[in-house]
This record gives sequence, C-alpha cells and structure tokens, in this order.
Amino acid sequence: MTTPQTETPAAEVLEQEFLLIRAKILEIAAKLDRLDRAEGSANDAQLRQVQAGLKILQETEPGRAERVQLAFSLDYEDGWREKYLGK
Amino acid sequence: MYYIDPHIHMVSRVTDDYETLARMGCVAVSEPAFWAGFDRGSVDGFRDYFRQLTQFEQKRASWSKIQHWTWLCINAKEAEDVKLSREVIAMIPEFMDQPGVLGIGEIGLNKNTKNEAIVFLEHLDLAAKTDELILIHTPHLEDKYKGTRMILDMLCDDQRLDHHRVLVDHVEEHTIGRVLENGFWAGMTLYPTSKCTPERACDMVEMYGPERLLVNSAGDWGPSRPVAVPDFIMAMRKRGHSEALIRKVVYENPLEFFGQSRNFVFTPPEMSEPAGV
Repeated sequence: MTTPQTETPAAEVLEQEFLLIRAKILEIAAKLDRLDRAEGSANDAQLRQVQAGLKILQETEPGRAERVQLAFSLDYEDGWREKYLGK
Repeated sequence: MYYIDPHIHMVSRVTDDYETLARMGCVAVSEPAFWAGFDRGSVDGFRDYFRQLTQFEQKRASWSKIQHWTWLCINAKEAEDVKLSREVIAMIPEFMDQPGVLGIGEIGLNKNTKNEAIVFLEHLDLAAKTDELILIHTPHLEDKYKGTRMILDMLCDDQRLDHHRVLVDHVEEHTIGRVLENGFWAGMTLYPTSKCTPERACDMVEMYGPERLLVNSAGDWGPSRPVAVPDFIMAMRKRGHSEALIRKVVYENPLEFFGQSRNFVFTPPEMSEPAGV
C-alpha cells in the first residue's frame, strides 16, 4: 500500500482547521499574558524552548511539528555507549 | 469496524471499560507489563502480576468477547534496581509458554540512565535467546528523542535481532522516521496531553504510509482514553481515507505483527460488522 495522501483540497483543509488554529493561537497568547502577570521569575530554559517553538511556527518549510518536537527535546549524545556501557 | 488495541493496560481499568471497548468494535487487546504507579518490592510481587496478566485478565476480557494477549518484563521505571530486575528477568521464562503471551515488553528507557540501559540489554538478551517478539516503550516528552536514539543504537548493535519482530512504541514526529527506516514496527499512542493526538496520528499515516504502523490507546491508571483508537478511526474517515486503509492500520497490522509470535492464537470475529464506529 502506498503512502496515502489526503484528497481534501487546501482551501477545504483551512476551512476545517481555521477556527481550531485560531483557538489554539489565542490560547497560547492568553497563557503568555498569564505568565507576564505572574510575580517572580520563571524557568529560563523552558521559556527559551517556548520561544523557539513559537519561532518555528512562523517558518514556511514543512516539517514544523518535527522541529517543534526537537526544540523541546534533550540532545542525543554520540558517546553514550562508552559512558554507560564501556564500549 | 472491528479493531485491535495493541497496547492497553487493562489491569488498571474496570470491567465496564471492556464492555465499552467491545461496543466500539474492539475484538482484541494486547497488554504489556508496566509500572503500577509505585515500585514493587520483590520478585514475588512481579510473579503475582504476571499471574494476573496471563490468567485472570484473559478471563475478564472474554466476558466481553474480547481476546487478550500480554507481554512480560520489568518496566524501565523500576529498572533502576538492577538486582531486582535480574531476579524478575530470571523468573520471566516461567510464564513465556502461557497462552496469550506474545513476547517481552514493554521494555525500554524512562530517564535514559545507565541502569535502565543495562536492564534493557539484559531483556534483549533474553528475547534473543528465546526467540521472542519485543515491544518497546520509548521515554516521555524531553527524554523521548535521546532515549529513542539510544534504544535504536542498542537494537541495531545486536545482530541476533530481526527488526521486523520488534515494535517500538510511543513514536512521534521526531522519532517515527528513524524507527521505520531501520525496519522496525512503530506504534503511535493517543493520549489527551502528551504523546500523540488522533489528528497527528493521521498526519503520520499520510506522511509515512500504513506499513508497519500501529495505533494504540495505552490506556492505563493515569489520564488516558481507552477508546482512543475509535477516535483515530473517525479522524481518518473525516479526512476521506478509505475503510481499507483504516482497517489495515487498526486491524490487519496488529495481526501481522503479533502473528509472528509462537503463542499467537486469534479467532476472527463474525463477518457481520457491528453497529458503531
């Protein structure tokens, strides 16, 4: 079986997803406002991840979901076998 | 449409959930051994858990006409205790010939520690020596990418393993590609907040195709939705995908992967489709 493509035209996809996209962007905006109103300082590393994620959303190349995942991920370490297993 | 949930922890669910699953079209479930929410204190604690998985749970599933298979291991969250882990691994063969036991799982990593890696490798060794299927848990959230790559390293280092007999579960957008490229099966877990949504699972079917791809609810004692697979079915239908494609992912693929187990027995449901999803 070959890779199945959605047969729905782009205009229809956007029509179906528009309100959901709007709602999720609004939700993120409200959460960031909530964070601004809160007292004290927040975790800098987490804030940097949030900013990196938001930046990826404005990119035009496909694969944004994968890049957002990576922005919130710990890096892979090449030498982990030697460190853990001595090989 | 009939479907199979290839990863669900029914010991944590009530009997009414079996009934609901059956009404939604579920005809079989596969239940990997996992963490109970607290660390078990002894090998006998695991022995009792394995008795529950291999004996009672099959019976309880059968009350709703659902077939139940299971997988055995000590999970990654309890693998920090290497001594206990080795006692459990030595005890597992007592149960491997029980009806419905498909293999070793869900083994894997949690926080990607040295002890977790050691216990994972010892599980792999048992599976290789006894020719068992393997079901793998990949870590959560920020640990997933690093942990999945470590797991793939260990799997690919072991020349005894047939990649088509290994299912790497809880894949997401940043891990699915490597899993499939290396010839393994991949499972997508549908969770309310972490892991994957039904819509993103549909995206991955569209991007990678349906071969060697499974969808599960991983329903357990935490926030989870045991009827998540029907949510995926509906999401695929709403996008206009064919019933044949959906059936391949939610029914035929689990049968193909599980069918490689020497303990696999499956009685297909009647041909008449039930009402519902």
